[in-house]
This record gives sequence, structure tokens and C-alpha cells, in this order.
Amino acid sequence: MLAVPLQALFGQLLIGLINGSFYALLSLGLAIIFGLLNVINFCHGALYMLGAFVAWGLLEKAGIGYWPALLIAPLAVGLLGVVIERTLLRRISGLDPLYGLLLTFGIALILQGVFSNWFGSSGMPYEMPSQLRGGQALGFMFLPNYRVWVIGVSLIICVGTWAITEGTRLGSWLRAATENASLVSAFGINVPRMITITYALGVALAAFAGVLAAPIYRVSPLMGADLIIVVFAVVVIGGMGSIIGSIVTGFTLGVLEGLTKVFYPEASNTVIFVVMAIVLLVRPAGLFGKQA
Amino acid sequence: MTEAAVQRIESREASQRVPIAILVAAVIAAPWVVYPFFAMKVLCFSLFACAFNLLIGYVGLLSFGHALFFGGASYASAHAALAWGWPPELAILFSVGVGAALGLVVGVIAIRRQGIYFAMITLALAQMFYFYCLRAEFTGGENGIQGVPRGHLENKYLMYYFVAAVFFVGFALIYRVIHSPFGQVLKAIRENEPRAISLGYKTDQYKVLAFVLSAALAALAGGTKAIVFQLASLTDVHWGMSGEVILMTLIGGMGTIFGPIAGAIIFMALENYLAQLGSWVTVTEGAIFVLCVLAFRRGIFGELSRLLKRPL
Repeated sequence: MLAVPLQALFGQLLIGLINGSFYALLSLGLAIIFGLLNVINFCHGALYMLGAFVAWGLLEKAGIGYWPALLIAPLAVGLLGVVIERTLLRRISGLDPLYGLLLTFGIALILQGVFSNWFGSSGMPYEMPSQLRGGQALGFMFLPNYRVWVIGVSLIICVGTWAITEGTRLGSWLRAATENASLVSAFGINVPRMITITYALGVALAAFAGVLAAPIYRVSPLMGADLIIVVFAVVVIGGMGSIIGSIVTGFTLGVLEGLTKVFYPEASNTVIFVVMAIVLLVRPAGLFGKQA
Repeated sequence: MTEAAVQRIESREASQRVPIAILVAAVIAAPWVVYPFFAMKVLCFSLFACAFNLLIGYVGLLSFGHALFFGGASYASAHAALAWGWPPELAILFSVGVGAALGLVVGVIAIRRQGIYFAMITLALAQMFYFYCLRAEFTGGENGIQGVPRGHLENKYLMYYFVAAVFFVGFALIYRVIHSPFGQVLKAIRENEPRAISLGYKTDQYKVLAFVLSAALAALAGGTKAIVFQLASLTDVHWGMSGEVILMTLIGGMGTIFGPIAGAIIFMALENYLAQLGSWVTVTEGAIFVLCVLAFRRGIFGELSRLLKRPL
């Protein structure tokens, strides 16, 4: 164990935290959407990809940089979310949730297929904003500024989302509607509109994560496809009962994955799935889920 | 069982005699009408879809990871035939055993959660297996296992009728399971699991057994496919394959006996025509998913059976 150079250890820890940020942001959105719509949003990964592509398109075609993109891409994808919820998801509300999974899987295939046609599958680089280039030399490792920014801003967004759901009136409506939608609408709250807003918010989070990811990974049509499956495993491990649960699980598993890369690289792709299997055998409802 | 119930079951089985006769005739005639290899592909995927349908249609479990069994068996039979020089029948049998064993492991883990979680868990475990296949040595990584020998089945018509026989063995088993007391309990679990438990059925055991059966039959399809096309590759274990088998079953009609076959035929024909369009195949698949879920949830045979008022 001591044979592992400290530098590699901290490097992988950092990468783990970055991946954990994306797991947390995506599983957070999934959990909010599932809570209210009872739909597992399979196109979450595709919308994350779309967010990255919007940022790339803004820079390439309009010269609009990273910072405005960080706002525009979630807004644009959120709008698309409104359209998806109003025109498609609304029609299957009340049906078996499996149909929601299949419908959103179809949407994911369409989005990924269209972008693969336009851009091929190799992907394009996206330039890092100049303010965040470079990094800090800490002696034992080099700390790139951009990575610190990604981890920091993800944490802020995650905690902010949690604070909104726990501390604001909208959040209390959201929690109430998750428990019992018909009762909440009996109090005169416009539940269908809330559902639309929630879905838009959830997918906007995915798009935000996509923009954050653009300078680190290549912007490619399939960047969300494999990620979403890992996020599903994260969601199963954490259980979708609590928002704080998704955040903690997301970051923890990211770090665990990073550590595996140091100590047992062969298993780094699969470690999260193994953890999922163990959790299911020991505590089927997930770490933060309510026992059924 | 009351006399009326017996009669009802007999008339129900009679209502399926005609479509079964049509199916047998069509399978026998197929290689003389269409390209035999296309017909073999359709048969393999029909069996795959029927195996998948056994779970979603009769137990209500949506497995999003059936590529694991199809692809795992594909590798197993290809490896047995190529590296160990086994004859095709033995290689396929071996792959069915591998599929059943994988099904037992995945089944025991996945049935701990229901509904939507079950789908996510099977998908995640299949992805894990995909990564294993990507790295494992015997799978040949990106190249897959190529040039799998067909042994004494070189003649394409001989090959075809061998595949047809495999298909009918699998189909007959599924038909028998659906109409057995075991199948009735599966349907009871689908409709109301707590009630089935209260009646004294150990539903977890039933679900695991159904899962293993479905996995073994999917493996039979996958193992046969590897011999027919002399190839086992990462495509077979990819999540895209799990999605395709769901789509076939959805088009044809989930929970119908003949639907998955119709779905496989339509899907394969579509794929054949769209092959030169590259990624537009994916877009078309996605669009069909969306349309089916929104407007055509019963599928072709679901609608047919509603029109004719008899189970198909």
C-alpha cells in the first residue's frame, strides 16, 4: 500500500471527486424527478450530453463563452424538458412507471442518434475558460483550478437544491406533492405546473453538469450513455428517499472509484456495480432508502 | 378444477392451434422464400424476445439487462466451439448452462427490489458484465471471437432446420411454462404479489426460477446465434442489445405468446432496410419506442387478441 506514490493517490482522489460531482448532480435530478413524476428519467444522460453540446455550439457558432453557457445551456435544456413533460410524459402519467422508463429511453436513443449523425462518435474538445486555467502547486501534487471549481460549484448546487427543497415554500409543496399529489392539489396548488417545473429543473441540473464536464471530457454524443447507467447504480445504492442521500452517495462512490483506480485498476469500471450488488444483498432499500 | 374452468382452458388452447399451425408452416417454408441467414437471424432473435417476454409479460419484471445472458452465452458457445473444438450442439448446451448460472446470480440479486429498481439493477449488472467482457482475454476484446466453426452444420439448409428445431424446443418450453400451474402462479405474482404471498406461495423462489428460465432461454438464442453467424462480439452484451429485445417485445405485444416473434421479424426487417443509414437506425428505434409507449402499448398481438377476443 505504501508503494503507491502519494501523487497518484491524490490525483485519483481528485478525479474521483470530479466524477462524484457528476454522479451527485445527475442522481439528484433523477431523485427529484422520480419523487414527483414517478418516472426514472432515462434520457437524463442524453440531456447532460445536450448541455455540453449547447455550450460547444455557443462557443463555435456564436462565440459565446463558458460563463454565459453555464446559464444558457441549462435554460435551453430546461425548456426542452418543459416540452418533453408537456407533450410526452404527461400522457403516460398514472401508468406503470416502467412505461416512463421506456419512453425516456426512446427519447435518449433519438437524441444520441441525431447527434451521432451530425458529429460522429469521436467527440470534440471544448476549451477551458481562461480564468480557470492553470493550477496550484501544493508540493505533493498539482491542483488544477478548473477541477477545484467543478467540485466546489457542484457542492454548492447540490446543497442549494437541498436547501430549496427543505427550506422554501416551493420545496415544502414539492415534498408534500411527492407524498400525496391529490391532497396537495386539493389545497389549491397547481400540481401539473409543479410537475413541469420539477422536470425542467431536474434536466437543467443535468445540462449544467454537461457544461461543467465539457472542458474535462470531450464533447461527444455518447458521453451520457454509459454515465447514466453508473448513475442508476448510484441511485440504487443510495435509495431515492432523500436528496442528501443522493449527494453523499454520489461523492462517496466517485471517491471509491478513484481509490480503486489506484489500488486495483482492473476493477475501477466495475467497483460501483459490485457495491450495488453487495448493498442489495445486505440492505435492499439502499443506504438512505426507507425499508419497504 | 371445475368443469367450466377446464372447458375454458381447453377452448383457450384450441384458440392458439391455428396461429401455431401458421407459425410452424411459416418456419418450415421460410428458407425457400427469404435469404436463409436472414431467417436464422429472425429465429434467434424471436427466441430471445420470447425468453424476455416470459419475464415482462408473465411475471411483470422488466429486465433491462438481458443482453448479459444473450451475449454471455454467445461468447460461451463461440469459445467452446473454437478454442475447445466442441461440436455445435454441445457448445450451445454449454452456453445454456452458463446462461442459467449467470441468471441465477443476477436473479438472486435483482429480485430484492421491484418495479423500476429491478430494471435499473439488471441494467447495471449487465453493464458490469460488459466491462468484464471488454477486458477479459477469452472474449477477444474489441475484435470479439471470430471464425467460430459450424462443425457438421456447414450446409445452410441443414443449419437452418437445426436452428428451427432449437427455436421450437425453446418456444414449446415457454408455451408449456405459461400454461402450467407454475405459470399461473407467475401471473398471480404479476397481478398481485402480496396476495400471492398470503396464499402461501414463496414468490421470491418463483421469481428466481422464472428469471433463470428466461436467462437460459435467452442463452439458447445467444449460443445458437454465435454458431450461425460464427461471431460473438461486444455488441451482443451491450445495453443496446437489451434495449432492442425490449423494443421487439413491445412492438409485438408484451404478455402475448406470438407477439415477440412478430416484433423480432419487424425489427430485423427494419434493421435490414435501414442498415445503410448508420445511426438513423438508433433514431428510428427511439421514435418507435416513443410511439409504442404513447399510442400502441398493447403491441400488434395485444391489439389482435383484443379484436378477436381470444388470447394469442
